[in-house]
Amino acid sequence: MTTGGGAAGEPVIRLRSVAYTYRGPPPVSALKPTSLVIGRGEHVAITGPSGSGKSTLLNLLGLLDKPTHGTIEIDGIDVGAAPERERAAVRAHRIGFVFQAFHLLPYRTSIENVMLAQVYSDEPRRRRRAAAMAALAQVGLADRADALPTALSGGERQRVAIARALVNRPSLLMCDEPTGNLDTATTHELTDLLESLHREGTTLVVITHNPVVAGRAQRQIAIRDGQLTEHPPARGTRAFPGS
Amino acid sequence: MRGDVPPSRLRLHDLGGEALAGLLQRPGRSALTLLGVMLGIGSFVAIVGIAQTASGQIGKQFNVLQATQAYVFDVGAAQSSAPTVDFPPDADALADRIHGVTAAGVYWAVRFKQAAVSAYASGFLASQRALPVTAASPGLLAAAGVKLAGGTLFNQFHETRAQNVAVLGESAAAGLGITSLENQPAIFIDGQPFTVIGIIASSQRLPQLGVGVTVPESTALRLWGPPAHEQAQMLIHTTLGAAKVVAEQAPVAIRPDNPALLKGAAAPSAVQLQHNVSTSLNTLFLTLAGIALVVGAVGIANTTLVAVLERAGEIGLRRALGARPRHIGIQFLTESTALGLFGGLIGASLGVVTILAITIYRHWTALLDPRIVIAAPVAGAAVGLLAGLYPALRASLLEPADALRR
Repeated sequence: MTTGGGAAGEPVIRLRSVAYTYRGPPPVSALKPTSLVIGRGEHVAITGPSGSGKSTLLNLLGLLDKPTHGTIEIDGIDVGAAPERERAAVRAHRIGFVFQAFHLLPYRTSIENVMLAQVYSDEPRRRRRAAAMAALAQVGLADRADALPTALSGGERQRVAIARALVNRPSLLMCDEPTGNLDTATTHELTDLLESLHREGTTLVVITHNPVVAGRAQRQIAIRDGQLTEHPPARGTRAFPGS
Repeated sequence: MRGDVPPSRLRLHDLGGEALAGLLQRPGRSALTLLGVMLGIGSFVAIVGIAQTASGQIGKQFNVLQATQAYVFDVGAAQSSAPTVDFPPDADALADRIHGVTAAGVYWAVRFKQAAVSAYASGFLASQRALPVTAASPGLLAAAGVKLAGGTLFNQFHETRAQNVAVLGESAAAGLGITSLENQPAIFIDGQPFTVIGIIASSQRLPQLGVGVTVPESTALRLWGPPAHEQAQMLIHTTLGAAKVVAEQAPVAIRPDNPALLKGAAAPSAVQLQHNVSTSLNTLFLTLAGIALVVGAVGIANTTLVAVLERAGEIGLRRALGARPRHIGIQFLTESTALGLFGGLIGASLGVVTILAITIYRHWTALLDPRIVIAAPVAGAAVGLLAGLYPALRASLLEPADALRR
């Protein structure tokens, strides 16, 4: 498997013949057998209409669900069929999530929301506040550390969520419709932020149906009826029907 | 970057912090939820405490003195129109024949219109005393457990001759200015002269003898006639455990011709009755407390289950952040247990306050086993733990992908 995109290094995530079928009756094939490699430092957009299998793919890439076929490796660790204990560990340390609905806890300040991610990754307590503050600074929100989500704009809330995803220095940032709840101007700001994170070396997977957001990525992968196609095809085939 | 990933964890202090934050998210709801456990535990502590306090009071009354004591009441005199004494003159001797009787004697209080006891015939007002005057058969002094400070008690000799002799309680003697019996001091009761022959230090069963004047029964009858207001009664000192049987047999033994005139009673029976009543009341209240506790448990289970459904998004987020199913489950279990614990703590405190309020009002000595006070919050926590099991299981079984979509 060759690499593509300037900064791409060794694979962060590798799917081999991964398929997902919802147990029936009747069984529904949400993701056809798929192989995919995402290299370190890549910025990948996955687009597709609703019902195309985007969410299924995100859940598999983010280890929130197990594939019914095939193997998933993250940082070379086979986690597709691993026990929940191991998968939870990988989620805690190697994957950062950004959701369309932000999922901030409403009664906690920005910095407390960021620090929630450090509970399960078992960051020593005395280091948490400084690390969370650094993550907030990275997304430009150092001055809103003690604000409650209700006092933040939509764009600011999503940036807090990004800080929370970044605080454990994950190998992979998974963004699920990160701009789905934001207006056009804020979408631009946020896309700029994601791009700057990419430039700093973060591996980004963005699931979106906003063409503007998708257009900023190096690689565009379309999904339709559980089938992946890459446009334009990268040097070396990255997405292809599985063997 | 490949290699070992350390497992995700939930440290104890993080667990405590997260559970507390979960409860404080909705303080009003948490407070209402622990109300049930609070009421259950609180009423439990209060009932147990009051029962213990009450049985302490009963224990004070129910001592060995009373267990060896029986009474015979003159119910015939109470029903007759003219004052009379239905005890025959030899009642003491008749009662003594009953198996189990140690001593027995008849007594009644002699009432005067005005303070009647004086150290002088015509009396200086200053030395007149409103002392209780008791008419007693010689056997009574033995049955009452009288201890002498000096002199002697009157006996069958004085009784049969209806002599004007008196024994004084120690404080009565001091009040009348009598310090020595050497000169056969005299006192005047309702103008009648009496020779003081003895001074009583204490009287176990009839404390009034220790502070008043006691004269022979026959003398009182001769001078003032049978008692008009309070009937005569007999006090019987029995061997341990015989009181009840003696009380049943005494009327027949003393008045074989008409036993219905007399009625025997063993002292503890009234106390026993009171105890029985409070026991059945306690059972009722404990049942109510149990119901309150069950309702409290259902409340906690319900609230926790609602919280699990409401916070599905949070559960999904935590799973995405690396929480394992058991981390989610134990967090909700800790929340429900904490609710039960706080309910138990507050309930136990309120229970103790209730006990104090009641005992202070009734002038009782508050008694409460400290183990109850310690066990109450533990019981509350156990209730919360049990109530949280099912919701916690539900929470831990939520699929993160599903939970995030809610």
